[in-house]
Amino acid sequence: MKLTENEYGVLAKRRSPNTKMYKTVPAAFAVGGIICCIGQLLTNIYRSVGIAETTAGTLTSVTLVFLSAVLTGFGLYDKIAKHAGAGTLVPITGFANAVVSPALEFKTEGYVLGVGAKIFIIAGPVIVYGLAASAVYGVILFIIQTP
Amino acid sequence: MEYLWAFLAGGLLCAAGQVLIDLTSMTPARILVTYVVAGVFLGAVGIYEPFVQFAGAGATVPLTGFGYLLAKGVRNAVAENGLLGAITGGLEACAGGITAAVIFALIVALVFSRGDKTAKIMG
Repeated sequence: MKLTENEYGVLAKRRSPNTKMYKTVPAAFAVGGIICCIGQLLTNIYRSVGIAETTAGTLTSVTLVFLSAVLTGFGLYDKIAKHAGAGTLVPITGFANAVVSPALEFKTEGYVLGVGAKIFIIAGPVIVYGLAASAVYGVILFIIQTP
Repeated sequence: MEYLWAFLAGGLLCAAGQVLIDLTSMTPARILVTYVVAGVFLGAVGIYEPFVQFAGAGATVPLTGFGYLLAKGVRNAVAENGLLGAITGGLEACAGGITAAVIFALIVALVFSRGDKTAKIMG
């Protein structure tokens, strides 16, 4: 039987267990929402002890990153992620997980080219394109503002 | 009330990511890149700032908030230092998050061990 690539894709899609969006999307919504509420709680706690708004925001990020790193270390974050999908990916805890997880997985390849390099396997592209976009914005802003 | 908005806004951003994953089979790495760049863009055109005022952590905790932070950092730095700010502002603003992730990753890698299980990379 001859199949074009397109037909194969259609067949493969029909055969593979259909991703149940009525389950995955609400799960992502709930877990992502809860993580953001934890972030809000942390920000409010930091603000209530008199920390300035910007600093409180940074502290919240650092705390969430820390919690995610610990949970990833114990293998718990990935267990939650299996059910929560984008709910654990999109928050900054997902970014942290994407940094910590490969660091742990590639430990066997050494601390330089294993841990050190693989830390950036997903965070790298995020930082590269984030910085590039922000630099472009900065240049445009400079041109606009210069009389 | 602010918790409700944080929950709804953050939940919506995550649900949108899940829809992208399910419908387009985008990899998680692409989702994250898309969110950060979208955050820079929305921050640059001034949409994200009022969203942050409204939704709090529901807007800042998702990765679009990271992009917004980059844009905000660049805007402040350009106002202060001119063109040089376009280069320094972004990293300055999100140094905490990035350095924390790297340092904690190192510590976790030192303390924990996964054995030599086949690595599962999300990219």
